[in-house]
Amino acid sequence: MTTTSEAWTPPESEPAAAGPAPISPADVAEAARLVSFGLQAKLLPARDAEYGELVRRYREDPPFGRLADAVATGMGLVVLEVSARAGMAVAAAEDSVFAVRMGDYSRRAASESTDRFLHGLAHLAVAALAFPRPEDLADDGYLGRVTVNGVDAFVRQACRRLEERAEAEGTNTDPASDAPGLEAAWRVWARRSATGATKDARRLAGSTTGIVSKAVSFLVDSGFLQKTSDDSGGTYRTTARYQLQVRDLAGGAAMAELLDLGVVPVSDGTPTLAPPDESDELVADAGLPFHAL
Amino acid sequence: MTAIADQPTRPAPGPAADEGLARRLKALACTAPLHDLDSRKVNLAGEYASYTMAEVGLAAIDLVTLNMDFDTGADRDIVLARLLPRIAAQNPGRATAEHERVARWVLESLINVGSVDRGFRAVYGTFGPDGEYTRRDYDFKLIEEVPGQDGGVYLRTTDEAVNVLVGALDTDVTSAQIAAEVKLEVLIRRGRLADAQLAAEQARYRTVQYAETLRRALEATRRNVRAVDWMETVPDLIDEALDHIADRYRHENAILTNIRKARDESVDGEHKRRAAELVDIVKDCIRRHTQLQTRLLEAGPLFRAEQDRQAFAAPAARSGIDLYGQLLAPVLTLPLGDATRPTDAFFARATGLRTPVSVRVADLVDLLLTPPVEREHLGAELPEPDLVATPDDSRFSEAQLEAALDLLDLPADAPRRLSGLLADARSRGAALGEDGEDGDGEELAYLVALLAVHAASPPVGTAYRQGEERLLFAVDDGTRLDDPGFGGADLIVGSALLDAVGMAADRKDAKGTGAAG
Repeated sequence: MTTTSEAWTPPESEPAAAGPAPISPADVAEAARLVSFGLQAKLLPARDAEYGELVRRYREDPPFGRLADAVATGMGLVVLEVSARAGMAVAAAEDSVFAVRMGDYSRRAASESTDRFLHGLAHLAVAALAFPRPEDLADDGYLGRVTVNGVDAFVRQACRRLEERAEAEGTNTDPASDAPGLEAAWRVWARRSATGATKDARRLAGSTTGIVSKAVSFLVDSGFLQKTSDDSGGTYRTTARYQLQVRDLAGGAAMAELLDLGVVPVSDGTPTLAPPDESDELVADAGLPFHAL
Repeated sequence: MTAIADQPTRPAPGPAADEGLARRLKALACTAPLHDLDSRKVNLAGEYASYTMAEVGLAAIDLVTLNMDFDTGADRDIVLARLLPRIAAQNPGRATAEHERVARWVLESLINVGSVDRGFRAVYGTFGPDGEYTRRDYDFKLIEEVPGQDGGVYLRTTDEAVNVLVGALDTDVTSAQIAAEVKLEVLIRRGRLADAQLAAEQARYRTVQYAETLRRALEATRRNVRAVDWMETVPDLIDEALDHIADRYRHENAILTNIRKARDESVDGEHKRRAAELVDIVKDCIRRHTQLQTRLLEAGPLFRAEQDRQAFAAPAARSGIDLYGQLLAPVLTLPLGDATRPTDAFFARATGLRTPVSVRVADLVDLLLTPPVEREHLGAELPEPDLVATPDDSRFSEAQLEAALDLLDLPADAPRRLSGLLADARSRGAALGEDGEDGDGEELAYLVALLAVHAASPPVGTAYRQGEERLLFAVDDGTRLDDPGFGGADLIVGSALLDAVGMAADRKDAKGTGAAG
């Protein structure tokens, strides 16, 4: 029994902890059960007694916690947090079967580079508007609110500022005809129509509100947003899981790509710890972090 | 030295001179969709050459601009409906459906519905600082579709469209408006109303444009307090705008008084009509100013509420990523090729996970074999109707009807005159009245008279079908009725026996005439 239990514990855990508490197959089943609850993103521990009990056990019984973590890792999942408010918040690791691929998300995005960018940007903009300040992202109690039309207007406003700045600087932002990849990203969003009338009164899928709307409804299915009303093209509020996902995974990953492109100067190696006063100033004129330096 | 040496070989002296050309090329490009309307109309299936599409297009831009309100935009149906009279006037002989088709086609062409961006693109060339020639894309829209509060799609004209329309490129909003209004005043003083109307309309376009500028500023405030400078820029802007409104309001009211006077004093019918139109336009300007002022007054409280929400929240223990300042804004400045990398990375991690779906054959079999759910074939229980007794308002009572029918129950071989029946009815009615029943002789006589008149056209067919054996009939033989209450012919009233079994129509007719004789 003890030998099997040691096979289940991750190798980096302290061997002393495994000694007194032998782990039975029933424990493994429970740990796997907890992970399966975690995969049902819309389910909350407060709504399901068994789920709540397993979350409590995870927090109070460290060997069990490690076991659940190991099960999740083995399945290609990253555990972000296990708590009463978020449940077992798991995210798909890269190349995991649970990961969402752009091609599955939108067929058009798979082939068109502009659409691929617009869909990605829509998700980024939803997050940026849901957590407008760094503190909002850090504050566990914060609930963000977004509307579909608001996200579109928010990005358009940012694009307009860049356009005005380019005009003030006298730069010609019209892209060269033979190099579409060099067109400034903001122009792609600004150029796309915000909405459009369709024959069957549905939202025009290729319009920016259509793209944002697809993003938010996808996030609702992921248990990241909850719809509160139909106002302004759909009003949504964030869940704890979305905050975790953006804060602990997505923000950092996108930031790393930016750093890789040489856009953001590496101040202290951790881009999540930007000085607040600097960021204030930057938001004030909606400028760029590297521009102030 | 090298620059001077290069000059003769270079076609353009540099980016500064090039800019004016580029701007004019862009202005020219904005008119292209309008010219395009007339050149593309031959592609429409049907005979559309007699419509001048550019005119319709410009009218459409006018209509959208004038119907745009502060929040949303112009309603598509209203624009289409108002466009129809002009199209109909161009070709009055054609069907309304065709006019509607032209209106829709023009509007959709100006939105450029077929393209993915729903906009236009023109290509122009510039010389770089090093003399290198680059072709560039200029993207623009004339009418754009925007989402409304109610989820509908509304139309707004873009700045490009307004500029094309007004024909004044690169002009300052405020000064252009002042200029337009001064011009208007002068024109009115000189009595040149035709020109005055043009100037007034231009002033209105300027007003709309001004409102649009302010709307954007306020919208930005609502989204992020710190994105807007509330220390100086915005208060200045609001003060300026309020001053502007007060100024315009005074100005336009003065103009309004002047034009009203011109309208009332003018003897020329055409002048009167133009002045009346002008009054409408200026009124509309004033309405727009009032609307703008309301928004400006709301701006302060809005800022304070947003500041409470955004700025005075307790600072968090940890600091997170500034998603806007550190991610979104830098990404937007990148070239498209690079920008896709961070957005892809964000997308891959911020969309959550999906459990892969796989079909289990066992489930499929179960699903297919499950009988459909029985539905309740009796619907919901009906509520017991709440019945209210209606008062009996019939003119004659049951007893009176009985007495009348009794009087008219005549033997088949002894028809009577109406005068006799009426006399009988009066005496019988009086007797009924004495018995404590309602009614009197006159009432019963009236009922008898009615029944007799009714019998003048006896329902033979009905009686025949229903198999009745007797039928009351009345015939006029020319004798006048001498009665205090009724006038007309003294009818002969009698009963006809019907042979319900025999069904012989001729016999029945013969009997009827025989009895009448």
